[in-house]
Amino acid sequence: MNRTSLRRTLVPAVAAVAAISLTACGAANEDSNDSDKGLSGTLNGGGASSQEAAQTAWRAGFQKDNGGATVNYDPVGSTGGREGFLDGGFAFAGTDSYLSDEEVAKAKETCGTDAIEVPAYVSPIAVIYNLEGVDSLKLSPQVIGDIFNAKITKWNDPKIAELNDGVDLPDADINAVHRSDGSGTTKNFTNYLTNVAPENWPHGAIEDWPIKNGEGANGTSGVVAAVKDNPNSIGYADASQATELGHVEVQVGEGFVAPSAEAAAKILEVSTRVEGRPATDMAIDLDYKTSDSSAYPVVLTSYLVACQQYPDAKTADLVKGYLTYVVGTAGQQAAADNAGSAPLSAALADEALKHIADISAK
Amino acid sequence: MATAHTTEAGSSRAVRRPGDVIFSGLSTGAAFLILAALAGVAIFLTIEGWPAVTASSGELGADNIVLHVWPLLFGTLLAAAIAMLIATPLAIGLALVISHYAPRRLAGPIGALIDLLAAVPSVVYGLWGIQYLAPKMLPVYQWLQDNLGFLPFFEGPATTGRTLLTASVVLAVMALPIITSISREVFAQTPVLHQEAALALGATRWEMIRLTVFPYGRSGVISAAMLGLGRALGETMAIAMVLSATGVISFNLISNQNPSTIAANIALKFPESTGVHVNVLIFSGLTLFVVTFLVNFAGRWIASRGQVKG
Amino acid sequence: MTVLETPPTAQRDALPLVAPQLPRWAPALALVIAAAGAGILALLLSWGLTGTLLATVLLLALVLPLWSRFVEGGRRAKDRLATILVWSTFGVAMIPLTTLLWQVIDNGAGVLSGQFFSYSMRNVVGEGGGIYHAIVGTLIITLWATAISVPVGVLAAVYLVEYGENRLPARIVTFLVDVMTGIPSIVAGLFAYALFVIFFGPGVRMGFGGSVALAVLMIPIVVRSTEEMLKLVPNELREASYALGVPKWRTITKVVIPTSLGGIITGVTLAIARVAGETAPLLIIAGKTDSVNFNAFAERMQSLPVFIYYSFTQPGVPPQYGQERAWGAALVLIALVMVLNLIARIIGRIFAPSKR
Repeated sequence: MNRTSLRRTLVPAVAAVAAISLTACGAANEDSNDSDKGLSGTLNGGGASSQEAAQTAWRAGFQKDNGGATVNYDPVGSTGGREGFLDGGFAFAGTDSYLSDEEVAKAKETCGTDAIEVPAYVSPIAVIYNLEGVDSLKLSPQVIGDIFNAKITKWNDPKIAELNDGVDLPDADINAVHRSDGSGTTKNFTNYLTNVAPENWPHGAIEDWPIKNGEGANGTSGVVAAVKDNPNSIGYADASQATELGHVEVQVGEGFVAPSAEAAAKILEVSTRVEGRPATDMAIDLDYKTSDSSAYPVVLTSYLVACQQYPDAKTADLVKGYLTYVVGTAGQQAAADNAGSAPLSAALADEALKHIADISAK
Repeated sequence: MATAHTTEAGSSRAVRRPGDVIFSGLSTGAAFLILAALAGVAIFLTIEGWPAVTASSGELGADNIVLHVWPLLFGTLLAAAIAMLIATPLAIGLALVISHYAPRRLAGPIGALIDLLAAVPSVVYGLWGIQYLAPKMLPVYQWLQDNLGFLPFFEGPATTGRTLLTASVVLAVMALPIITSISREVFAQTPVLHQEAALALGATRWEMIRLTVFPYGRSGVISAAMLGLGRALGETMAIAMVLSATGVISFNLISNQNPSTIAANIALKFPESTGVHVNVLIFSGLTLFVVTFLVNFAGRWIASRGQVKG
Repeated sequence: MTVLETPPTAQRDALPLVAPQLPRWAPALALVIAAAGAGILALLLSWGLTGTLLATVLLLALVLPLWSRFVEGGRRAKDRLATILVWSTFGVAMIPLTTLLWQVIDNGAGVLSGQFFSYSMRNVVGEGGGIYHAIVGTLIITLWATAISVPVGVLAAVYLVEYGENRLPARIVTFLVDVMTGIPSIVAGLFAYALFVIFFGPGVRMGFGGSVALAVLMIPIVVRSTEEMLKLVPNELREASYALGVPKWRTITKVVIPTSLGGIITGVTLAIARVAGETAPLLIIAGKTDSVNFNAFAERMQSLPVFIYYSFTQPGVPPQYGQERAWGAALVLIALVMVLNLIARIIGRIFAPSKR
């Protein structure tokens, strides 16, 4: 090969590639004319992956109104989100479990004032199952605890049969699927079991699945896929992500309740606040033991955490704008439509909006 | 070594010009930048992992760090070892197809096909493993449990396809092109005279391969397997997506409770970890780094020893 | 040795010059027999296609060597068995490749459209959207990774071949480069993240960080391939250049490197192909976003592997749209990597030293 001819061909080729990459234009759906509408800048948050579907809807809604703004949400997990928020990496965080008292103190350090913590995403966790020919399954919290604790290992166990008269339960091993990654869904689910059936589920409320029984699957989609692919499986997942699978009706008081947005919203209404928290903190102490059979107690309550004050006005405005949208009617409706969550009640939303309105620059 | 290096004549006689000094300085610098990067990785892992060693048992959830990392290391080694058991014989066969069996015109395309396997990103292997392979393997596992259930490996219960064996198969597929490409190079280098001599003595093709190609290529194949093992040990996303990991120590390959692997465990647990748990994860990363280091070390050492002999 | 076996027959006058051999069409006949046998079994026991194929190969491995055993003797039977086994490994290795490609194309081809390539995921909920931002991100991150690793890798290889002279430091570097090829990708990601946190504070995400992590993975591949190529440059070329009074550095840049340029480019392209599909490090340091970001030094940048991972694990509601996009992006990523491999092969062939 002649070297000069090589150079003659290489140089224009390289130049062409460089030109293409320099003149590369934005995506066809990103209209640059939008950018003078509303707020602008980049807002970075992250946290609970359970919020991701809702966050996608919220981002879309917010960015449509504020063409110059870009919101990023890293679904890194609740702990990662809280940690990122506390060390200043995220301007806001989504978390499936409210801040611990220690974290509240630390947040105050990071922000200078008390942090804002508002519920943003409430969604029922469905106990999903895959049993051929079984369209409806009723379980009590005690039995659910026993199943996931590997004390009940057969589908035709008398304890299950007792609750399901007339259902033909197979003589098969139960394949109990849990999350293999650390997860807020696991924490909320185990929190429910710990509160309602502590004897059947003695392992506490924890993000990492504590025992070595059952099948582990990565992420909500992994659990759903595992249950779907393997007959005789049972698992737990955000109800909206598992619409094709059977949902267990969970015993509440005397009745059995299937997961639904309305029933999940109901449980928030009958619950009280966590005591001893700052005024801007809306952490909710879910009343899992309620006997109100119109409420579905296995819910995921996911919060948004933000500072009251930010060093620069731009971030403050963005956080304020975004959170206002999220908690407001439009945002909650968008989440309900696109993520199957339960919209916040008017009272809760109003209180949250009040706190958010106080966000300002230092 | 196949080729000679620069002779001393070049460096000692040439006049030292500024350009020379700068250029040699640059290239030496680049070489040592690599050392610095590697040292940086090692130092970073050590510093960040050290708190895990001194952490109290309460924080770890195990008596000490060794007990915490051991199940993960066990899973990593077991999955990689099974992958090697599957991949190495296949790779030797494939390398022979390319070097000795296939007609010359076909050998190139066959080699390219195998290399395509190396071009598939691990996240795509993950998709394939979880959506295609795992469901297909479930009936096989049920059969294994029914018919070979008396063996500890196949005890079951076979309720899921996302087992350690499935993960190992995925790893084997990923390691296959690496082992094949090195093995086929080695096989192709077998002296033609040896082969012709064997054939002239009336050996069949298989006897010729056994008598000339295998002894010549043994060290090359072993080092190829070691490098494939290195790839299998460090694989992250595919395992994280495919394996149903619960962290037990068990030789049971087809149950729904499987040992996790270090890399997959980091990917799965890192987001939800805080404080000392991050250190624990990084310490496990250090362990993986050291193991991979040793495996690669062994592989290269065997290869270089073989080269001297050949 | 089996060679010492006495001939089975004592009839000296009829001693044949060639040992009895199966006819050329014997393997084909055996295959037909095996396939027929397997087919009958499959009909009787109602097996699927996989079972039938498996039975065919097993029967073939039984029939042909047995036949050969009686006609040609044990050694040839063994040879035939070995041939069947060796070829069947090829068949086995093709199973994952074909099923994988088929899966990806089957699931991913449907979503490909002009919109899929030109849209980002900004403001997209549910159906629609595209991977423009991820393609841009992958290109930019990989470009920067290449920009870091090629100079470093090539210069280091120059050091090893031209300056190191196989002394201890060079041997150590060679060895450690080999070791570096084994760094698990997630460890590289953690390292890059820790490094950037030192400079930019916690929570840092930028495309360039991903490039650094990828460069850590890429450099050893570039060094190895470049080193091999430089070693192939005949020493006579160097000596001729020195004899003309050309300084060493100009000899390297004007003679040695241009001579081996084809091989070096091949190696670099293969290295790019290898890292373009890396997920774990980018997950940690490059982050994810829905929008296009052209600036590698600020803010999050989406990349194809991360897009695939998140689209699959967080598909949204209803999940099928996200999963469709994951498969579509997987198809694009595989195509990209395979095209890069192909380019590497073509370059390698054009510049192959044997043409000289």
